[in-house]
Amino acid sequence: MRARTVMIAALAILVAAAPAFGPSSVAAQGKEIFIPLLVYRTGPYAPSGIPIANGFVDYFTMVNERDGGINGVKITWEECETQYDTKQGVECYERLKGKGAALVNPYSTGITYQLIPKAPVDKVPVFSMGYGMSASSDGRWFPWVFNFPTNYWSQASAVIRYIGQQEGGLEKLKGKKIVHIFHNSPYGKEANPTLEDIAKKYQFELTLLAVDHPGQEQGATWLQVRRINPDWIFMSGWGVMNQVAIKEAASKGVKMDHFIGNWWSASEADVVPAGEGAKGYKGATFHAPGIAFKVHQDIVKHVYDKGKGAGKKEAMGEALYNRGVVNAMYAAEAIRTGMKGGKTAPTQDQIRWGFENLNLADKRLEELGMKGFTHPLKVSCEDHEGSGPIRIQQWDGQKWNLVSDWIAPMRDVVRPKVEAAAVEEGKKLGYTMRDCSKEK
Amino acid sequence: MASVLYAVFVGPFKDMASSPSFLIEVLLGGIATGLMYSLVALGFVLIFKASGVFNFAQGVMVLFAALTLVGLMEKGLPVPIALLVTMAVMILLAFAIERVVLRPLVNQEQIILFMATIGLNFFLEGFGEMLWGANVKRLDVGIPDRSVMLVGIQVNQLEMSAAGTAAVLVTVLAVFFQRTRIGRALRAVADDHEAALSIGIPLKTIWIIVWSVAGLVALVAGVMWGAKSGVQFSLSLIALKALPVLILGGFTSVPGAVVGGLIIGVGEKLGEVYWGPLVGGAIENWFAYVVALVFLLFRPQGLFGEKIIERV
Amino acid sequence: MIYREAGQFKTSYSADQAIFPIVQDRVVVVVAIVAAFVVPTVVADEYWLQAVLIPFLIYSLAALGLNLLTGYAGQLSLGTGGFMAVGGYAAFKLTTAFPQLNIIVVFLLAGLIAAGVGLLFGIPSLRIKGFYLAVATLAAQFFLIWLFNKVPWFTNYASSGTITAPPRSVFGVIITGPNATAEARYVTVLALVAVFALIAKNLVRGRVGRAWMAIRDRDIAAEIIGVRPMRTKLLAFGISSFYCGLAGAEYVFLYLGSAETLAFDINLSFLVLFMVIIGGLGSVLGSFLGAAFIVLVPIFLTNVPHMIGLALPVALMKQIELMVFGGLIIFFLIVEPHGLARLWQITKEKLRLWPFPH
Repeated sequence: MRARTVMIAALAILVAAAPAFGPSSVAAQGKEIFIPLLVYRTGPYAPSGIPIANGFVDYFTMVNERDGGINGVKITWEECETQYDTKQGVECYERLKGKGAALVNPYSTGITYQLIPKAPVDKVPVFSMGYGMSASSDGRWFPWVFNFPTNYWSQASAVIRYIGQQEGGLEKLKGKKIVHIFHNSPYGKEANPTLEDIAKKYQFELTLLAVDHPGQEQGATWLQVRRINPDWIFMSGWGVMNQVAIKEAASKGVKMDHFIGNWWSASEADVVPAGEGAKGYKGATFHAPGIAFKVHQDIVKHVYDKGKGAGKKEAMGEALYNRGVVNAMYAAEAIRTGMKGGKTAPTQDQIRWGFENLNLADKRLEELGMKGFTHPLKVSCEDHEGSGPIRIQQWDGQKWNLVSDWIAPMRDVVRPKVEAAAVEEGKKLGYTMRDCSKEK
Repeated sequence: MASVLYAVFVGPFKDMASSPSFLIEVLLGGIATGLMYSLVALGFVLIFKASGVFNFAQGVMVLFAALTLVGLMEKGLPVPIALLVTMAVMILLAFAIERVVLRPLVNQEQIILFMATIGLNFFLEGFGEMLWGANVKRLDVGIPDRSVMLVGIQVNQLEMSAAGTAAVLVTVLAVFFQRTRIGRALRAVADDHEAALSIGIPLKTIWIIVWSVAGLVALVAGVMWGAKSGVQFSLSLIALKALPVLILGGFTSVPGAVVGGLIIGVGEKLGEVYWGPLVGGAIENWFAYVVALVFLLFRPQGLFGEKIIERV
Repeated sequence: MIYREAGQFKTSYSADQAIFPIVQDRVVVVVAIVAAFVVPTVVADEYWLQAVLIPFLIYSLAALGLNLLTGYAGQLSLGTGGFMAVGGYAAFKLTTAFPQLNIIVVFLLAGLIAAGVGLLFGIPSLRIKGFYLAVATLAAQFFLIWLFNKVPWFTNYASSGTITAPPRSVFGVIITGPNATAEARYVTVLALVAVFALIAKNLVRGRVGRAWMAIRDRDIAAEIIGVRPMRTKLLAFGISSFYCGLAGAEYVFLYLGSAETLAFDINLSFLVLFMVIIGGLGSVLGSFLGAAFIVLVPIFLTNVPHMIGLALPVALMKQIELMVFGGLIIFFLIVEPHGLARLWQITKEKLRLWPFPH
């Protein structure tokens, strides 16, 4: 009885105090750049989310410590846990945008789709690096959404180009069997139309095998792969699907060096459970793995040595850690471009302009300590993708090594599709196409 | 129309006949997977049989057991010691659950107890992750995850060992329930808590025993599945796959869990490999449920479940 | 002392059978509804509307639907997510095929389509009972999600595989699409929920509700006295799916703005079931209370550390949140197994006597 009374009283207090919850809106002071960090450090995708989040935080900490911020303006950030869940992601965004968000990295295709319509209304650029809505590569329809340095369709075409290189030329692909194993979600299906177009063009036999979420049990899929006996396998997976797929492939005796994962299927978390069996597995990437770059030394010097590291020092250099670092670098450079040399925090329109006019040349990359880490990049009004190339990395049992040079995507196949999709998606949201020539 | 009928009813069988060794591989794969589903379903059956509770947290218990084992192994404990310590942890967990969740809710409706296990599910999820971290962990049981060729058929060593372990475990449990005094007591408790109490069966002890055994079964399941895919959060989602096994076999039958598992495992594989391509693949998720549903329509209590006697 | 019925005499049957026979109740409810329409629209900021109130109302509607099926008719169902998906996708297809059709009409039609699907998947309930039925409804859940994933017609062949709510307006006010203000959406949702909650309340007080409860408590005895099980159970499935379908359409159009099938997966079904059980099976108010609990408690737990100045790492906070949430559920069930609605009932009973002890 008493417990019941206590509970009723507690509920009453909760209801009465409810309006006190909610976000504390702190208006941007002009003295700091605030970046909300949507992360997933718990839940089913945590093994992938943790290194990305650490990469972000370490890079921003380093920029504050080493350079005193961007042009002297400090960066502040706040992490918000989304567990890769769309609803939680949107709630995080709504709570944090009131603090003057400079940009948002949703790190989930589902959350990205939710935030894209809000971007022009809230004036917060959505930076979905290498994921999200591929159609947003056409900046004429989506001025506030950026997905450079490359998108899924370009990646698929570049992977085929790599396979062609390995086979001795794209013409040699005729009659070969290529299987695409994909996560049965809009993310996984992204590459399919592009692959089908390229399959028609170069006349190889393409088989598409869907794996249902979450992909914990893939016995049937791999039995089918065994029956088809393909020459090459490409995978667009995510989460536990990757780990199980690599294990199954290894146990079925698939040639691992003919098995290529996309850039979300080629990280340490994916290959570790398979142990020895994962040796030789390849993956696509748009930045280098490892810590052999000056930027890492800077992070060690200014962040870890001062005890401010977000994760473990040994985890630096992991594929997804570097992903976070590169993402943070792009964001910082875009903001710097938008500031145009000024010393106060930029406005939202300036940040958007900065993203759209980002021009990372070799020289600047070297200044950042990232020479060779990633490819030079130029974003423009029409091209929010930067149409960057990819590289192929391979797991040797201990770490990832780059085994190819930069491979360009098949822009002639991909760009028309991007433009068509942009028209479709843009019209759905009621947008009109910008005229880039009028905005110089 | 005729081509659709042909494609559904004739084509796949021709496909099967055209490559019998491949068909056997599919069947073997199905049996192995099915037995691994049964392992998880066993935990559900044990608890439902003895306390009438549908333990929503069984999947998380599988994860928690595997996490504890791997966590201890990572801290440097040798495997046998780590196993013993994990077993002790699961037994402690059973004590805690009985004291905190079950005792206050004695004789409440099934749905209330179900909801309590949902609360337990959330709690263990957060607790396990807090203790051991959210990274994926490699579980090495010493059996290589490689395939060998046996009479022209590819056979996976790890899968076969898992299947063997599951078979042994199930036999032991079946004997335990049917032949021992404790087994009888468990069945009495499942029928009616208060009646069992009134004839002197110690409810508390029985519950602790049952939840401990379920915890140990969860540990075995966790080891087997963890060896296949690494120990991480999605292990708890296996429980969803075990549900059709439960419906098929009946909620209260240990042999039912096995037979149900085999039927679902084999059915799933056959369906996906031979009928899946007709509809674009990835039908595994709902195929098992539909199979179970069809069975249920003919036997509403499952294949081996206790016949539901209704009193008006 | 305040909450007394003394002096309130009913002089007609209809007055006696009113939903809120006590005048104080009626006054409070009317004030509450007016306040619900006016106060948040004027006072609340976008975060509160977008992240708390609108999802709370939509989940309440879905929980109401499930409560009708599980709480009143006793048919345990885990297919709520699937039926909400049917509502969402049906609304999308209808409004893109007939753009001039009023969006409220579209929602209602989507609900009807969901009701049809629910009728279909309710057929096994004629043979299967209890937990077995729950698992059978999971077949509906997984199949429907697979169907929407697989067949591109449902998303109008979109390359992204998501459905996006096109901008639509009612009485000249835009209520869907990216330019719809949170206030407009909130008022629409509140209006729909209020109307359908009233309908549900009347349903359960009438013959249909009594038939459901008879089937729930003693289905064989009910059959003997003339309650037709097939009709009653299928009606329960149909009406419940209508509510869930309507909630699903609102979910996509008035809350999320765009959705992929992952938004309607098994977790949503479980979430709505939790709301129903915590709120109280067999209670219209319980659906609202349960939804409030499930929506508010995680937000409360996320914000409390900020408020008391405790800065914990994000992952640890989430894990503690999960543990506290699970612990709270167990605690609630031990203290009041029949849910929050029963707590409210006890409070009202105590209020009738207060300040006297008996």
